[in-house]
Amino acid sequence: MSAATVTDTTGSPAGEDRDIFLLIDEHDHPEGASTMLGFWIYLMSDCLIFAMLFATYGVLGTSYAGGPGPKQLFELPLVALNTSMLLLSSITYGFAMLAMTDGKQRATQAWLAVTGLFGLAFLCIEMYEFTGLIREGHGPWSSAFLSSFFTLVGTHGLHVTFGLVWLVTLMVQVQWKGLIPANRRRLMCLSLFWHFLDVIWIGVFTFVYLMGMLR
Amino acid sequence: MSAHIDTHGAHDEESHGSRKGYLIGFGLAVVLTVIPFWLVMTLPLSTQATALLIMAFAAVQMVVHMIYFLHMNRRAEGGWSIMALLFTLVIVGIALSGSLWVMYHMNSNMMPTQQVQDQG
Repeated sequence: MSAATVTDTTGSPAGEDRDIFLLIDEHDHPEGASTMLGFWIYLMSDCLIFAMLFATYGVLGTSYAGGPGPKQLFELPLVALNTSMLLLSSITYGFAMLAMTDGKQRATQAWLAVTGLFGLAFLCIEMYEFTGLIREGHGPWSSAFLSSFFTLVGTHGLHVTFGLVWLVTLMVQVQWKGLIPANRRRLMCLSLFWHFLDVIWIGVFTFVYLMGMLR
Repeated sequence: MSAHIDTHGAHDEESHGSRKGYLIGFGLAVVLTVIPFWLVMTLPLSTQATALLIMAFAAVQMVVHMIYFLHMNRRAEGGWSIMALLFTLVIVGIALSGSLWVMYHMNSNMMPTQQVQDQG
């Protein structure tokens, strides 16, 4: 089959036309045109990491090694407070994006700062929960359930931490350069990242905390 | 809407969403979060029914976040975003259900003491 096509192209004068056609087809891609899709695909791969951690927790989540289970360890009011912090940070980031669309730099920065504070509150509450568990001797080493719990929730917390670092970096960038196209693009990537973390948290509070209390 | 400097802003405008969209999404998310917490904290239903309900609420809330916060639709990035998402969901579904299914059977077949207790 390949031999036939070779004789076709070399035998007919259409071969030259094809060369010209290929040259014309080479068009310019504007800078950053594929960034959003690329970042989305990164998020999907991140989604796979969390899926594996959820699967691990699903398998090991009932292996208490004679120690306490979710009912004795988790405090739902604290988790509810944490959930509300993350949800509020999601809507304030949305407002930052709206301010960015309107070209209002000061409003964008203000909403980003509010988002950062909510994110920081989320992290502080999570650290309070983790240190409380560890201080009472229920660290990740004490059972397979706690190992998988700390890995799953800790990985989410680590993502939020890096999201915060990124947020502060972008606030500095916007302060220096303004809402230039590159900064708008970066803010949109962080928007996807931040809202994505909130989607993962829905899975965490449902499958880890709420389902844990039902066991 | 101020004048835009960027050259490829055509799809950007739409993907930011609107104030109304964010508020609708936030309202729905709050309702879909509060109900599962209330169900588990007060336990008005049986454990099984509660578990099924909160899983359903989580699934719906994830879709709400996808639509109103992540602005997912069939047209974003020429349809490639939704294709990547669907592909990921298939992989996640296979990995999750496969792991839980296989490990559940491993557990029940390889722990003789537990099996004796279950049968007795």
